[in-house]
Amino acid sequence: MEHDKIERNIGLMLVLTMIAISVGGMVEVLPLFFLKDTVETVKTADGKDMVRPYSPLEQIGRDIYIREGCYLCHSQMIRPFRDEALRYGHYSLAAESKYDHPFQWGSKRTGPDLARVGGKYSNDWQVQHLTAPRSMVPESVMPNYPWLIRNKLDYSDIQDKMRALRTTGVPYSNSQGEYKRNVTQFGEDVAKTLHIPDAEKTLVAQAQLGNYDNNKDDITEMDALVAYLQVLGTMVDFSKFDDDYFAKFR
Amino acid sequence: MATSSIAFSEQYNYDVIRKFTIMAMVWAAVGMLVGVYIASELAFPILNFDIPYITFGRLRPVHTGAVIFGFGGSALFATSYYIVQRTCQARLFGGVKAANFTFWGWQSIIVLAALGDVLGYSQGWEYAEMEWPIDLLIAVVWVVYGVIFIGTIMKRKEPHIYVANWFYMAFILATALLHIFHNLVIPVSLTKSYPLFAGVQDAMMQWWYGHNAVGFFLTAAFLGMMYYFVPKQAGRPVYSYRLSVVHFWAISFLYMWAGTHHLHWTAIPDWTSTLAATFSIMLLLPSWGGMINGIMTLSGAWDKLRTDPIMRFLIVALSFYGMSTFEGPMMSLKDVNALSHYTDWTVGHVHSGALGWVAMISFGSLYHMIPRLWNTTVYNEKLINVHFWLATIGILLYIVSMWISGIMQGLMWRAFDDFGNLQYSFAESVAAMHPYYAMRALGGAFFLTGMLVMCYNMTKTIRKSTAVAIGSAAVPA
Repeated sequence: MEHDKIERNIGLMLVLTMIAISVGGMVEVLPLFFLKDTVETVKTADGKDMVRPYSPLEQIGRDIYIREGCYLCHSQMIRPFRDEALRYGHYSLAAESKYDHPFQWGSKRTGPDLARVGGKYSNDWQVQHLTAPRSMVPESVMPNYPWLIRNKLDYSDIQDKMRALRTTGVPYSNSQGEYKRNVTQFGEDVAKTLHIPDAEKTLVAQAQLGNYDNNKDDITEMDALVAYLQVLGTMVDFSKFDDDYFAKFR
Repeated sequence: MATSSIAFSEQYNYDVIRKFTIMAMVWAAVGMLVGVYIASELAFPILNFDIPYITFGRLRPVHTGAVIFGFGGSALFATSYYIVQRTCQARLFGGVKAANFTFWGWQSIIVLAALGDVLGYSQGWEYAEMEWPIDLLIAVVWVVYGVIFIGTIMKRKEPHIYVANWFYMAFILATALLHIFHNLVIPVSLTKSYPLFAGVQDAMMQWWYGHNAVGFFLTAAFLGMMYYFVPKQAGRPVYSYRLSVVHFWAISFLYMWAGTHHLHWTAIPDWTSTLAATFSIMLLLPSWGGMINGIMTLSGAWDKLRTDPIMRFLIVALSFYGMSTFEGPMMSLKDVNALSHYTDWTVGHVHSGALGWVAMISFGSLYHMIPRLWNTTVYNEKLINVHFWLATIGILLYIVSMWISGIMQGLMWRAFDDFGNLQYSFAESVAAMHPYYAMRALGGAFFLTGMLVMCYNMTKTIRKSTAVAIGSAAVPA
């Protein structure tokens, strides 16, 4: 076909351009929604899912992580290299972010990767570091976040948040039937934390039991953020798998 | 009917172009100022002042939003309305109201997005932090923009659609496609939502969007700018018609495959990132095709580089375009990416494209367009030259410091001592960055100063015109 024809016909040009810009996405993006291998299944010996949705407190902590733009300086994606294995731990699995709406893999490490920061430091360390980073790490260029421990946590909309996430496919339970399904999939202890009608109760219980900010009277934004940081990368127990088990999913 | 007795500003809708032109310069100054500030925060963290609204994490989206969508977007609206009217010999389709709606709509989007960013309302995606009500407003403004642009082309008096318009059209289509599919979210409230997709799929959607925002918003559209203003300023026809056809279709087709190179070595399936790397390397060809077509348009008139500071902006922009479209495919190689990813090298690469290509080609185009829009002459030609050198020095300081810090970070992270242990702690690599972060902020300050010189020079130019009666001589498109 003569290109001249396209240049004289805006309708034809629009259609052809639309086709040209659509092919790449269709071939590369769409299959990820259908190919089963894209996200591996990681189960315990008794058949329970190791990766679970975030508890209400952790999910609100995650919202604070996003509010403060932490992802602009911290990645959550460990690559399969020897230096990263030594520095951060086992490389990240697709399954580990399967309930992450949005993903927080990041693109820049002005600070270190946080994919497996959970359990690496004590709660006290995290609180002090978030409040005044340079008091713990003199070289740090991170901003101070003193308001986290001052701000009382607003969890009035936690049920709405969980319901929205449930709409996207996160298995929070809204009925007894869904709760029973979760007991089968995750075990009873986890299933209780995913039940939407009990969300406030679950959240308060975790904050008081965890006592992340070392202050039992108030539930603060610090409680939520530290609860989130402490769960990062801890769900999969890699000691239960052979070293090369996950390589086939790459 | 347009006759030579009717003033240009009556034949065409210049009013909306003037407004977008002014706001392009305002957003450039604001966005670059925020950029210099957050660069300084990384060098001197005390500048965060324990104030939530001005921490790096909240101001960074203000910076990217103001420069990409405020400055870049307004410059694209202005130039596309200018070019499509003149090359089609037709007034904007849809009348004054529709055009003004795109102006006020777009400006309120930028302001609302910046307010949302400082208040911490964020979808948590880079370059798409705006929450869903702003996204809806963007979609509405964009559809109206598309209708105005395509409608004007349909009213054209020339049988052929000029090449610059092909690129603007691809940019409008692709941006609509990316914006709508990427921002699928489930709202919780007016200020909070959760994306429909998670993990791997969300990452794929994000970089399909993010990379092609670079490909179509920051590349194809600015190539449209290049295809009009370079031949105009040089007073010569485009170097090769055939090359423009080939590289238009190649860019449109190839770019959409390349986004996954932002996800090398992650939990995304390997086949997608291999495919993306392959297409990224192929992209070098049409990118350089565009650069060659632009630069060679000057062949036979090379002396203009010495005498015409506007030409200098345009040609140096194309040189940076060539450089960063070489660097990009190189960084998309998995082995290079293993070193460069997560480091400042990426930041430097983005800015050699954003400052070197996008901003420089816009400056050249605006300097060409402003005297014609206000029917006057530039207040001070020498200041254009001052701006050029401030901008060039600024870019060089910026990208050189980021090359050094980026490669140093990558090497420090993977260095082992004689016993096979990691040689450096992460904190040591942060400390090593300090001089380069300071140097980067200085480079940004140079670039910002150049921008302020432009604002001064153009304000004087525009003021001068109000004293002059509007001329009536018609000039061809």
